[in-house]
Amino acid sequence: MTSRNSALSISTALQRGDYSAEEVVEWSIGRIEALQGRYHAFLHHDRERALSLARNIDRRRTQGEPLGPLAGVPVAVKDNICTTFGATTCASRILESFHSRFDAHVIERIESAGAVVIGKTNLDEFAMGSSTENSAYFTTLNPCDTTRVAGGSSGGSCAAVAARIVPAALGSDTGGSIRQPAAFCGVVGLKPSYGRVSRYGLVAFGSSLDQVGPIATDVLDVALVLSVIAGHDERDSTSVDRPVPDYLACLDRPVKGLRIGLSEEYFGEGLDPEVRAGVQAAIDLMAHEGAEIIPIHLPHMKYAIACYYLVATAEASSNLARFDGVRYGRRTPRPGDILDLYESSRGEGFGPEVKRRMMLGAYALSSGYYDAYYLKALKVRTLIKNDFDKAFEKVDVIASPVTPTTAFRVGEKSSDPLTMYLSDMYTTSANLAGICAISVPCGLDSLGLPIGLQLMGPAFGEDRLLAVAHQYQLRTDHHKRMPCTE
Amino acid sequence: MGPPLDQSVVRHVARLARLRINDAEAALFASQLSMVLKYVEQLNEADTNGVLPTAHTLPVSNVFREDEVRPSLSSDQALHNAPDRHDGFFRVPRVLDQESA
Repeated sequence: MTSRNSALSISTALQRGDYSAEEVVEWSIGRIEALQGRYHAFLHHDRERALSLARNIDRRRTQGEPLGPLAGVPVAVKDNICTTFGATTCASRILESFHSRFDAHVIERIESAGAVVIGKTNLDEFAMGSSTENSAYFTTLNPCDTTRVAGGSSGGSCAAVAARIVPAALGSDTGGSIRQPAAFCGVVGLKPSYGRVSRYGLVAFGSSLDQVGPIATDVLDVALVLSVIAGHDERDSTSVDRPVPDYLACLDRPVKGLRIGLSEEYFGEGLDPEVRAGVQAAIDLMAHEGAEIIPIHLPHMKYAIACYYLVATAEASSNLARFDGVRYGRRTPRPGDILDLYESSRGEGFGPEVKRRMMLGAYALSSGYYDAYYLKALKVRTLIKNDFDKAFEKVDVIASPVTPTTAFRVGEKSSDPLTMYLSDMYTTSANLAGICAISVPCGLDSLGLPIGLQLMGPAFGEDRLLAVAHQYQLRTDHHKRMPCTE
Repeated sequence: MGPPLDQSVVRHVARLARLRINDAEAALFASQLSMVLKYVEQLNEADTNGVLPTAHTLPVSNVFREDEVRPSLSSDQALHNAPDRHDGFFRVPRVLDQESA
């Protein structure tokens, strides 16, 4: 085993008998333990359970039983995805000792395919944040530069992949929470189309926006994991019953004749010149390979952040009402009456960003303000979605930066919520429109920090989107670069 | 849209969200949330006359299944994470006072 092994190569080598699942998992856990003090990517892990799953896979292989496509692959999972093993904390004090009674759909799927979930990763509390600084436990550091954030909210999962602790991880993306940390850490992260992957067992933040998605070092592994987790699940009524293509088999589609849309709205004020140059170079390369670059206009993009922070917080205020200190989660030690039980349990259990967002959402939904804030935001959401529908009549994918800057310093934005929100300026619109989008490493800035290229495709256009990203990676080696801090 | 949030509005919203907040939090949230509300006011520039709201990007409607008994969480499993329970119930402080009970 080496850190260059991908999920695909591990599962292939394992089926051949080149090494055992136990060796792979032991190696991966060794890295968790060796690197935890440096990057703080994991909240908890279970060595014995992982090794026992691995030995079981080895036994099945020696008995000649068929193995799944992820056989023996160690996978890290964001800790807002329910597992019956270990805790599911959402990086919150309120769920410090919460033990789910069921596994999320995506956990069932990847473990049935032979993957070994080896640990649960850090995040911003309830996935609310862009840096993991809102975790109630600790901040995950960027493996490319440990004075900087890994991004968020899936910062732990992205750091774990970037540090080559695991070849693949799962995150969740409500407004950029997979793509932004993937860009900051120099790995590949996909937000699938809304409805592509079941949300059953994903702790809800913004129910009309949330999607679970894969993170890996290259597009092949992302396609492999997506093939396993995508598909209909009747336990999530918004999961769509639609065939799942073999995403790996779709990756050969050529670049020649591809229509790439470019919208000036993604290259305006606030974009760092080095990020602009990195993304432009990637687009130039695709043009050189025969792609057609087509200017498009997304006139309502500029409202995406304002729209997103009203829609997402309104949904959050409703979803997080369930944490009341009665059925699960932390209860205040000496409640007076029932109202005090609710207010004190929640006041003590939630961190400041979660409180802020629930209050903003409650305000936007409250009597007298509903029309002015929440309903207005839903109408602007229609305009943003219409912009994309129109653009995808003319182009196959849209290319843009993932983030306006590369990874910022720990503490740089943590005291100013609005500035932190603006770091999501290029990612939230894909969630509002329900389309798919991927973050792919496309170079380094002068400080050596990764730059992310975002490619967006129409809803359920993952096959084409992944093919474009893969063709780009065939011609570049940005994704092969290891972080330099080890 | 509305005026910026003062501390009394923040306390009212905290009550709606069932959140106990202290004086320092009320002051901090009043200024931070006012900034966010001022930022989102730009939505007023967008012409939404005749535009229908999008609560969901998929054309989803209610999904029903047959009304038949299926395995689900047992009472014990459902109570497993409860901070306090008694005889198969979640236990909470008295909700009704003695006279009205």
